[in-house]
Amino acid sequence: MDYSVIAQYFPKLLEGVGTTVELVLVSGLIGTLLAIPLGIARHEKNIWIRALPYAYIFFFRGTPLLVQIFLVYYGMAQFEAVRESALWPYLREPYWCAIIAFSLNTAAYSAEILRGALDSIPKGEVEAAQVLGMRKPLIYRRIKLPRAFAVMLPAYGNEIILMLKGSALASTITLLDLTGMARTIIARTYTPIEIFLSAGVIYLLLSVVIIWVFRIVEKRLNPQQSVKIA
Amino acid sequence: MTFKKAFAAAMVVATASVGASFAQAGDKLRIATEGAWAPFNFIDASGKPRGFDVDIANALCEKMQAECTIVTQDWDGLIPGLKVKKFDAIVASMSITEDRLKQVDFTDPYYTGGLRYVAAKGSKFDTSRAALKGKVIGAQRATVAGQYLEDNLDGVVDIKLYDNNDAVYLDLKAGRLDGALSDELPTYEWLKSDTAKGFEYKGPAFAKDDKIGIAVRKGDELRQRMNKALQEILADGTYDVINAQYFPFSIY
Repeated sequence: MDYSVIAQYFPKLLEGVGTTVELVLVSGLIGTLLAIPLGIARHEKNIWIRALPYAYIFFFRGTPLLVQIFLVYYGMAQFEAVRESALWPYLREPYWCAIIAFSLNTAAYSAEILRGALDSIPKGEVEAAQVLGMRKPLIYRRIKLPRAFAVMLPAYGNEIILMLKGSALASTITLLDLTGMARTIIARTYTPIEIFLSAGVIYLLLSVVIIWVFRIVEKRLNPQQSVKIA
Repeated sequence: MTFKKAFAAAMVVATASVGASFAQAGDKLRIATEGAWAPFNFIDASGKPRGFDVDIANALCEKMQAECTIVTQDWDGLIPGLKVKKFDAIVASMSITEDRLKQVDFTDPYYTGGLRYVAAKGSKFDTSRAALKGKVIGAQRATVAGQYLEDNLDGVVDIKLYDNNDAVYLDLKAGRLDGALSDELPTYEWLKSDTAKGFEYKGPAFAKDDKIGIAVRKGDELRQRMNKALQEILADGTYDVINAQYFPFSIY
């Protein structure tokens, strides 16, 4: 082990951490916003509302994230129409391609998590709301979504951690995230053990922060942990 | 001849022959190449590694009378893999550099290359430092070209580093890159292909002292054996035959 390499290149690794955190935060946010309507649609009984989100989730859960990134980054760029469209200034950038792929991917998983949570809400609660004369949108806003958010938190925290680790794939499309930075440093120093070990420790620390944040939010949303929904 | 003497003589012969057969039939080598550097090393339609590097490796193995298996490994895992004995030699068009010599030993060079820019035909792409300012240039990570950009043009051009050269070409075609810096010879092969229509070399080749060698572990005696075999294939014309299959000019 050559500790001087770690010390020398640590600031570079931290630069990569910035990109990684940004990728996870931005695509996590976009993904969640997409997941709410998708999850609700999956929860609905009407087949016409359910079908399209189902196909979307089926595709994004059934294919590797790496393939999705390559499809967005290299795949779309093959088409003349895409290269001449108004979106090209964004699609040209690996950063936005990664954001698109990660957002769509995490939206699919999060929507499934939300659907599961919505399905688990006891019928009686919804019926009670109906008896009080609440309409569907109001029931979602007042009863179903708040209950579902509390239920889905642990699974959703898991998804964010999975995405943190998935973000390492951004390095395959020239982004210098934590993994990309580590690989570029190793290309120069040939010290894979030292640098990857440091990167691994940083990923662990980031995961710990995510776990910690979710624990706090969970405590707030579920003050009585004992009343867990089966 | 006494029995004792005869026995001793027999022992000597036996030991010698065992030693010899050990060096021949029992000599198994694993040789790594990358598989994404046509025409030097690439994966053919049936999934086998082929190319100039592979042919040279096989010719050397024949001279050394070793049984060789060619394996492929992603570029940035080659030297780490060699060091942990996943394979015994790297024949992957690897340039002999100061940095790499700290990690591995190299044989004598088996060819010499240079660097050269590539960009769209007719595009304004002057290769002087001032003219390159602000351009987006792609190269493969952990290569001489990539490091040339980092060492000489960091902050001048926007450097994009890729996992392999195919990805560089893809992005050059997609228009994400203004130009690419790569080794002149593999680019020669790419420019001949249909996909490269509309691209050309820009500026002359430079850094033409890029000696390409075979990497082996530090202190491994395989280095001497490979050097000897290399001299043999150069002397008996095997090298020229292989060379001619890929380039109409000598690359040694």
